[in-house]
Amino acid sequence: MAIETLFIANRGEIAVRIIRAAQSLGIKTVQAYSEADAEMLAVRLADEAVCVGPAPAAKSYLNIPSVVAAAKDAGADAVHPGYGFLAENADFARAVEDAGMIFVGPKAETIERMGDKVAARIAAKEAGVPTVPGSDGRITADEALSVAEEIGYPVMIKAAAGGGGRGIRIAQDAAELARLAPQARAEAEAAFGDGGLYLEKVIVNPRHIEVQILGDGTGAAVHCYERECSLQRRRQKVWEEAPAFGLPDATREAMCNAAVALAEAVNYRGAGTIEYLYDAAADEFYFIEMNTRIQVEHPVTEMITGLDLVAMMLRIAGGETLPVTQDQITCTGHAIEVRLNAEDPLMQFMPFPGNVASLSIPEGEGLRFDHFLYEGYQIPPFYDSLLGKMIVHAPTREAAIDLMAETLKDLEIGGLKTTTPLHLALAADPGVRAGDFHTQWLEPWLDAGNLTATDAA
Amino acid sequence: MTDIVSPLPGTFYHKPDPNSAPFKSAGDAVAVGDTIGLIEVMKTFIEVKAEAAGTFSDYAAADATPVSAGDVLAKMG
Repeated sequence: MAIETLFIANRGEIAVRIIRAAQSLGIKTVQAYSEADAEMLAVRLADEAVCVGPAPAAKSYLNIPSVVAAAKDAGADAVHPGYGFLAENADFARAVEDAGMIFVGPKAETIERMGDKVAARIAAKEAGVPTVPGSDGRITADEALSVAEEIGYPVMIKAAAGGGGRGIRIAQDAAELARLAPQARAEAEAAFGDGGLYLEKVIVNPRHIEVQILGDGTGAAVHCYERECSLQRRRQKVWEEAPAFGLPDATREAMCNAAVALAEAVNYRGAGTIEYLYDAAADEFYFIEMNTRIQVEHPVTEMITGLDLVAMMLRIAGGETLPVTQDQITCTGHAIEVRLNAEDPLMQFMPFPGNVASLSIPEGEGLRFDHFLYEGYQIPPFYDSLLGKMIVHAPTREAAIDLMAETLKDLEIGGLKTTTPLHLALAADPGVRAGDFHTQWLEPWLDAGNLTATDAA
Repeated sequence: MTDIVSPLPGTFYHKPDPNSAPFKSAGDAVAVGDTIGLIEVMKTFIEVKAEAAGTFSDYAAADATPVSAGDVLAKMG
């Protein structure tokens, strides 16, 4: 059953993105909006729009009964959750299906299973995907020493009952482990009334590499290559690339194949992402989690493969088998996406929701700007600060970085502060140019004053 | 009388968290730099600080309500 009317349960740039994909397939669109979002671009572009509640997201975009009722009343036969909000909420997926509509994403059970860290790790292990080496559950101090010997130092000692970073110790060698394990046990006992410990290998300065997959829900899946997302601030990705650079062919193949194996093992339906930590020095990768939704950084994959991932999600949700076979999915050139947030990077990234006084967007070969801006638009202060994503595609990584810098210099968004100066400084940085970075690289780089020291600022 | 105005648009809160007492009550002494409330803007909480000393009169904007930049949040005597 192909989708005829799609309800978009999200806002901002992803809502615009989903409307465009739906329109390309001839699907009618109904856009959800909060009282603070009546003027947003997606409302203007959709065939219809429905208010789902007041400005605070908890009362509108996150209100499951309200969103489901609005979709049902609008006569929608499918709901796209976008990313964030209810995108990975199993109760929402279930409520949509219980109301007789299609949830554009995996089954509620899959969301639940992959959202549980332990269950996801078990599923990965069963599918043969490498996980971060560690103890199988709780161990004694003596066992800790032998496990550490086996997996290699440094190791992280964690409280089994812990959370929020409490009860964690890092040991560089056996002597340190022997000294720290009893301390960790005592701290865990005092904090949680449970002195149980477990052990995990510390991956030093890992890169974050993730594989995009598509599944049809019946056990067939394909991969669309990988993305490099190591430039992060406060665990938020700021700059993303496809493909990852300097990855040995065998490693890339192993990562992509493992992702497909996991997607097939859980009968994954729709677009999903398998995230890995990559230890470049050891050339080893480890599963960390699966994201059961379309991601902010999906455009870089679209640029290198030429696929429309959101349109594919809609076709699969409408009952089609996988629209592409693995041998039809190719990787050409290099793509980079940077996130433009309404923040002042020179003032501790203070949010800056203003009025879009002017807007001039560069156009040309290999350029794409996913956004929800128009001149005169007042950015509401109630939601996250992402304004849009500049995406470039060029034959080589070097050319892509050059193109990104040129494009950002030509992009003009008047009336707002944005993170453009950060991206211009990154594009000019020798470390970024050399691909010499990891997930722990950006924050010390900022702390060292690299942003304020450049002309770009 | 001195007004304390919002530096940013967002949601104004009188309390550091829902279960705590308000930052200030009528009659409290206010020193320069005292926090009198929070503005939530784009998922970030910004402390609103007094730029002058005085005696707290009352909040002018209700707790947990949307405010615009320049709105009066609180009054001091």
